[in-house]
Amino acid sequence: MIELVDIYKSFEGKEVLRGVNLKVEKGESVVVIGGSGSGKSVLLKHIIGLLKPDRGTVIIDSTDLSQLNADDLNEIRKKFGMLFQAAALFDSMSVWENVGFGLKRHTHMSDTDIKEAAVQKLKMVGLVGIEDVMPSELSGGMRKRVGLARAIAMEPEILLYDEPTTGLDPIMADAINDLIIEMREKLNVTSVAITHDMKSAYKIADTIAMLYNGVIIARGKTEEIKNTSDPVVRQFIEGRAVGPIHLEGIERR
Amino acid sequence: MLLKLIELFGALIEKPVEGIGRCMLLLYSVFKEIFKPPFEIRNLLKQMQEIGVNSLPVVLVTAVFTGMVLALQSFTGFKRFGAEGLVGSVVALSMTRELGPVLSALIVTGRAGAAMAAELGTMKVTEQIDALETLATNPVKYLVVPRFLSGMIMLPALAIVTDIVGIIGGYFVTVVLLGASSKAYLRATWDYLEMHDIYNGLTKACFFGAAFTLISCYKGFYTRGGAEGVGRATTGAVVASSMTILISDYFLSSWLF
Repeated sequence: MIELVDIYKSFEGKEVLRGVNLKVEKGESVVVIGGSGSGKSVLLKHIIGLLKPDRGTVIIDSTDLSQLNADDLNEIRKKFGMLFQAAALFDSMSVWENVGFGLKRHTHMSDTDIKEAAVQKLKMVGLVGIEDVMPSELSGGMRKRVGLARAIAMEPEILLYDEPTTGLDPIMADAINDLIIEMREKLNVTSVAITHDMKSAYKIADTIAMLYNGVIIARGKTEEIKNTSDPVVRQFIEGRAVGPIHLEGIERR
Repeated sequence: MLLKLIELFGALIEKPVEGIGRCMLLLYSVFKEIFKPPFEIRNLLKQMQEIGVNSLPVVLVTAVFTGMVLALQSFTGFKRFGAEGLVGSVVALSMTRELGPVLSALIVTGRAGAAMAAELGTMKVTEQIDALETLATNPVKYLVVPRFLSGMIMLPALAIVTDIVGIIGGYFVTVVLLGASSKAYLRATWDYLEMHDIYNGLTKACFFGAAFTLISCYKGFYTRGGAEGVGRATTGAVVASSMTILISDYFLSSWLF
């Protein structure tokens, strides 16, 4: 279970998170929606301990992350897999070395076994015969798939997705959505995704939460959010420029 | 007026002081991780190749020509008062005590330090360093420690090569081109050169190796703002490392020799 309790975070005086509370039950798939620059990525990075809150606590399976030293935090991180927005593949390594990175570091498996495991994970995400290719030779969609294969390589309990469909064409985006659903069903993982792609959110979420002005202003089952009467959430999910949401740096005429 | 001056001075030194502080914190993390298994042997060897072996051609060319010009200039100068016999000593002492360590450090900083800052900077802005952390890998241990150790090992090795090649370059100019006695040159080299000249030169090289890798990694780790940020980090790494090498060279020399 993931629990964020009253999380505050500022960067150079700018308050990004102002008391975020969010609970994700085991096996649940939560999608956090919100505009660009609303702090979604910051929130996601708190869950895996990449960022430390100025105030508040992050609890993973009843362990408070702030109480852990670096080694214990790394132990907790073995429960996680994370897919980054631009995949964040290590560009000095081949595809299979990327996918097998965690196995290489944290198990005593031989290179042959690791490569075999990597090939199998690549197959799970629909990629065959690219294990020896370098990441720079892959398309955006393929990179995301490799990133996903790397995230699931250690068989994590929790999967985090940072804008999984951003920058992909609609067909590839839908294929990634299908993969996310497939991963949940096959691996029985808890997942948290952040996105502003509502089509993706509706497809992959059990629960949708909206982050606005540094707090979670709405949280509910996908159908509840779809039919919400909250004007802010409505404006966002319908993608209207006119409404109560203030777009930073844009003056409305 | 006085308050304004103090304010200006504070604003001026704020960034450098912050940088030094962060660099020291990085150094602390490096020492915390350096003795902890698993040891990154493969990474270490890769970095030793990058810093040491791949820098060899450019270091060799610099060393041989530095030795040659040193011999040429001192021969011309010393000839005026009949002290050509001392050219060998001048070349040997200058190379081992000063030019070997400093020149090789400056060259490697320009080559490997810049590459290091650019590589880590790119990894930072493309979230590869975050990805390492999510894969339960300490980026300081995985990225910085092998580079830091390679710098400390390979810079003295390169300084030894620079010393030898520089002396050979000096010999070539003095004996082959200018026709001085080979025996006299070699005697002047050996008679005045002492072991502690070499050791202390290598100690400096070791320090320079630690300094430029630490600074370059620090600049890479704190890169912000995309391609422009990577460019800034690279330039910053070369400038800060070169300055540190040249300034610390004076203090180390006055302390060691």
